Amino acid sequence: MSAPTTAPTTAPAPAAAPPVDPVLARRLRRARTGKVLKAVAIVVVMLVFLLPMVWMFAAAFKTNVQVTDPSVGLWFKPTLENFRSVLEAGTLLRSMGNSVLIGVVSTLLSALLAVPAAWAVGRFDMRRTGSLVLIARIVPAVSLLVPWYYLFARAGLVGSYTVLILSHMFAAVPLILWIMTGFFAGLPVELEEAARTDGLSAFGAFWRISLPLAAPGTATACLLAFVFSWNNFMFSLVFADENTQTVPVTLYNFISYASTDWGGLMAAATLITVPVLLAAVLGQKYLVAGLTSGATKG
Amino acid sequence: MAADVMAPARPTKAERPRKQRTFEQTNRRLRWMMLAPALLFVAAMIIFPLLYTLDLSFTDAFGAVNAPSKHVGWQNFADALGDTRRFWPAAGRTAVFTIGAVVLETVFGLAVAMLLRKPFRGQRWFRTVLLIPLLTTPVAIGILWLLILDPTNGIANHLLTQVGIPRQEFLGSVGQSLPTLMLIDVWQWTPMMTLLLLAGLSTLPEEPEEAALVDGATGWQRFRLVILPMLLPTLGTALVLRAVDALKTFDLLYAAKGPGGGSDFEAETLNVYAYGLTFDYQEYGLAAAVLVLFTLFIIGVVVLLRRSGKESAA
Repeated sequence: MSAPTTAPTTAPAPAAAPPVDPVLARRLRRARTGKVLKAVAIVVVMLVFLLPMVWMFAAAFKTNVQVTDPSVGLWFKPTLENFRSVLEAGTLLRSMGNSVLIGVVSTLLSALLAVPAAWAVGRFDMRRTGSLVLIARIVPAVSLLVPWYYLFARAGLVGSYTVLILSHMFAAVPLILWIMTGFFAGLPVELEEAARTDGLSAFGAFWRISLPLAAPGTATACLLAFVFSWNNFMFSLVFADENTQTVPVTLYNFISYASTDWGGLMAAATLITVPVLLAAVLGQKYLVAGLTSGATKG
Repeated sequence: MAADVMAPARPTKAERPRKQRTFEQTNRRLRWMMLAPALLFVAAMIIFPLLYTLDLSFTDAFGAVNAPSKHVGWQNFADALGDTRRFWPAAGRTAVFTIGAVVLETVFGLAVAMLLRKPFRGQRWFRTVLLIPLLTTPVAIGILWLLILDPTNGIANHLLTQVGIPRQEFLGSVGQSLPTLMLIDVWQWTPMMTLLLLAGLSTLPEEPEEAALVDGATGWQRFRLVILPMLLPTLGTALVLRAVDALKTFDLLYAAKGPGGGSDFEAETLNVYAYGLTFDYQEYGLAAAVLVLFTLFIIGVVVLLRRSGKESAA
């Protein structure tokens, strides 16, 4: 993993003939040390991002005595006690169920709204109209929470799944629209034109040609939307009651009444992080493409 | 805004073939039918609430959601702008947090992106590692760092004392909370910067760099004079995206320091302040005024960054 680069990237120096030129020799030497330095730097950077997470997973398997003793490193006898106590309490399992329900429903409904819209924006170059939706990214969520709270409280909806799904959709629609616009814009328009020449309607061309081609992009966008819903804290903090609580809120509530139970906290944090990690490992290529789409197009 | 939505689509670009123009014209109705539901949803969730917030900011709304309230003119704005105890310090913290975090994320993100630019073995794994902080629940990250940075039992202080650096309070002290939170934000979001810049780097042509190499430019010269100018548009976009999100940071701050940003409001940003006014104190009128000011401020920052980005790119 940490091996130096395999491809000869710099100065195309002939390997067979020994360099006589002292300048060239110095350059070669420098290139070699450069490679080693680069490999070391890559390993260091990787550890910086990885080790805190490793520490969290390790702590989840420690007893509370071990967690609060920093001299206990990564070599200890693991226990499943933390997971048992966290799962036995029941709140976490229920909120995981809530998070799955809210995440799946809000993601699917958002895709239903945003994928056709993205096709329209991407296919017909309606960037300006599409960017209206980006207002949703700029406005601070709190300034919407106040009126939402007012309205939903008057309608007696606070604490209901409906409100949570709606608020999570609000985050997901712009996200999916943003990712899918680039995706549709990248599909060759000739395919749809050919389909129309062959007698399909405009909607038919979208439905039977472009949409199937966009399936991988849609899957990525939906996966990201689900992860963001799973992680969403503020909307759930305001709109959820104890029955509709989602995982970040449950985790947050753990801090206040179980702040000494570091093992339990870390077990809970691990449980809610594992699904996201699986998504990251399995969909790495697509998720990176999804997250960065649009950035290079200005 | 509504007028903008209903405006006819821009004329087709000249370079488009004639055939596509008719294709577009026949689809004008369809495209609006496809776009309208999403637009209406977002508009209903934003425009009306924003107008409501604006209206609320001129009232003395307080307490129960349906308690009577009356219009008080600019009183809330005067109160907010005259408040040197919480509003202005929170605004200052927001600025410090955002500028500090985004600058560090840009510098580190660019450095890591340059490091990863050329393919190497294990690159796939590295990118997966980069995704992990990005996708992990911010609340979990806050709790994780509370454990690592615990003043007495944390591993961070244990390691520091091993190399002879005295113990730090980190999140436990008024002075160090905000810088510490900034560093956690840097840890979480530098990967995003790296991924965005890597995507930008991958689209750059290779010829200018090769030409510079032939001319004998050093690595630093190639970076500063060839790569960086070409990368500026991506850098600008990434900066705006990151700045907007950093300005609005809530989850991490609230999870690590709780309501009010801890004792002496040490980590209270405008976002946390407005949240507290609304949901802890139920000062809806004042909260709305703070939010109007905050929103205007964010829009100002975006416009400013966009404009300077365009100028430097030109």
